Amino acid sequence: MNHNVIVTLVVAGIAYGTPLLIAGLGELLTERSGVLNLGIEGMMLVGAATAFWVSKVVGGPAWFALLVAAAAAMASGAAMALVFAVVCITFRANQVVTGLALAIFGGSIGLSSYLASSGKLTKAAGPHQIRALNVLGLKGLPIVGPILFHEDVVVYASWALVVLVALYLYTTRLGLHLRAVGEQPQAADSMGISVTLYRYTHTVVGGAFAGAAGAYYSLALTPSWSNGLTAGAGWIALGLVIFAFWRPGLLMAGAYLFGIVTSLGFTLQARGVTLPPELFAALPYVMTVIVLVLTSSILSGRRLGSPAALAQFYEREEH
Amino acid sequence: MRLERRTTTPPWLRVVVPIGALAVALVLVAIILGASGHNPLSTYRAMFRAGFTDRGALSATLLNATPLVLTGLCAVVTFRMRIYNIGGEGQLYVGAVAATAVGLALGGRPSGLVIVAMIAAGMAGGALWAGIPGVLRAYVNTNEILTSLMLNYVAGLLILYLIFDSTSYWRNLTSPGAKVYPQGKMLTSRGWWPAWHLGGLAIPLGFVLGAGLAVGVTLALQYTRTGFQMRLVAGSPAAGRYAGIDTRRLILVVMLLSGALAGLAGASQVGDFSHLLDPNGLEQAMYGYAGIVGAALAGFEPLAVIVTAVFLGALTNAAVQLEGPSFPDGLVGTIEGTILFCVVSGALMTTYRVHRRASDPGPPEAPAEAITSPVETSLVDSRAQS
Repeated sequence: MNHNVIVTLVVAGIAYGTPLLIAGLGELLTERSGVLNLGIEGMMLVGAATAFWVSKVVGGPAWFALLVAAAAAMASGAAMALVFAVVCITFRANQVVTGLALAIFGGSIGLSSYLASSGKLTKAAGPHQIRALNVLGLKGLPIVGPILFHEDVVVYASWALVVLVALYLYTTRLGLHLRAVGEQPQAADSMGISVTLYRYTHTVVGGAFAGAAGAYYSLALTPSWSNGLTAGAGWIALGLVIFAFWRPGLLMAGAYLFGIVTSLGFTLQARGVTLPPELFAALPYVMTVIVLVLTSSILSGRRLGSPAALAQFYEREEH
Repeated sequence: MRLERRTTTPPWLRVVVPIGALAVALVLVAIILGASGHNPLSTYRAMFRAGFTDRGALSATLLNATPLVLTGLCAVVTFRMRIYNIGGEGQLYVGAVAATAVGLALGGRPSGLVIVAMIAAGMAGGALWAGIPGVLRAYVNTNEILTSLMLNYVAGLLILYLIFDSTSYWRNLTSPGAKVYPQGKMLTSRGWWPAWHLGGLAIPLGFVLGAGLAVGVTLALQYTRTGFQMRLVAGSPAAGRYAGIDTRRLILVVMLLSGALAGLAGASQVGDFSHLLDPNGLEQAMYGYAGIVGAALAGFEPLAVIVTAVFLGALTNAAVQLEGPSFPDGLVGTIEGTILFCVVSGALMTTYRVHRRASDPGPPEAPAEAITSPVETSLVDSRAQS
């Protein structure tokens, strides 16, 4: 392989890894509070449909329409996560089944398809797309040019988000409280931290991230609408959080690795490799299984970052 | 307001709460319909007609309910144990692949033999596919939710490959139509499953098998050793360990059984309905995921799954019949998801008693480790992994 192929793979890997990274960071925050939201796929799809629809109907300059579209996608993801939070945190429902409900509700035969048919969304490209920037005019540099200086604003924002989430988790008082809520809700509660408030806010923020990740599909990656366009990325993001041992830095590495694997098919086919497309398409799913098996063998017995109270609802002792 | 865990749940509550949840879900979806410019009442009325009362509607509904009974049972047997096999979708596909292969290979043999072989092959295929997450969960403690789900996508790509991107055994390569648009090879009529006719109603073999298996699963849970162990481990994994139950073997057995049920749903799709491997038809129906909704609505009771499958079958059937500009795409999943939200929320009512804090001191404190039925535990509680 020459440099060109590798650069192409990395560039495509970053593109396909970005929604995984954003959705994964959101889920990481949610899970750190002790809540397991399996419904990322549903929130992403609704976010994708919302963003595409809004970008079509909002007038004004491209940057404005895209900004409003992304905000609407985040709001839709957050709203769905809020429903999840009410059902799981206030009504104490089983988080696994409720997460599935969210995935089915928003999924490819659910609300995302409903919105798409109501808004008459099609495969035709929308009027506005998120485009790559030429930062400092350096995109022409060999190797680092296309990778570091020719990305779109969402990619740069996601890099900032990784840093911000890491700083939040490990250097702020709020982050410390969050980790306490996820590990030892009783202890956190007795310190006067509101377990319910932390779980609500981080579940809703996680939903907003998932909505934004969905918007990246319909506004930048694809950029158009087709039913189920995220193709399981929301589920892969869940696997990535485990793979990353609930740490933002590792999550970034994992997301780009999976991005590269996802884009392998397109990249190699463009270079005349003729293998069944299904084989390449199956790679990310198979790799998720393999990675989960490896992670669980490494984990066996140890926790390495898995929040102790994950998926357990907190019942306050009252006497 | 104060919540107190119930020690026992009155039986009527287990019937009333899901029905109430269903009613609430339909009201919520009516709001969505209204907000998007549809008349909810006329939409529901049209769906009711298309699902139940139109000529031939009930037979079509039963045909749609057939895979749902089986995928519902697939969810019941694992979810009861707090093992979450959400791979019913992929297990159904693999069951369909296996049953089609056997049905094609035995084309000229006596019909009874072909059908029995298709049933066996479908169940084996589904069990094989579920065995992967089953073994991984039992012996490496790998999260079965994500692995079983990932394999749905892999199985979905497999059936697409077999028909659209290869010259496989399953693909029709001879007829002129199939050269224009790829399609599966049709089984000979000996591989077509029979249906029984009651008046104008056709009851497919797969539905009869599903209903029989619902009875079988109920009895097995009550009277067999594995069933007893399942109920024990579901109630308390720790108690299961102390009783010396081989939890790993139990998880694997339950996953294989669950996969076999979904695989039979796939075989029935071929035998009762399509008579060939139809990837698009299988993937658009999403019977595997809908089965989970049916199982939850049934409170994870096998016999009740028959009823909820008919209800969801009517929903699917109505959506197919009414497809068009006036009927929104995605309504089925929206309704199914809303039902699932409402059902899991309703579990609060069956598991807890609500007291007004100020006036009602409530009955004496319940024992610290209240004994609830496994069903409630599996719906409400946490996912207590050993």
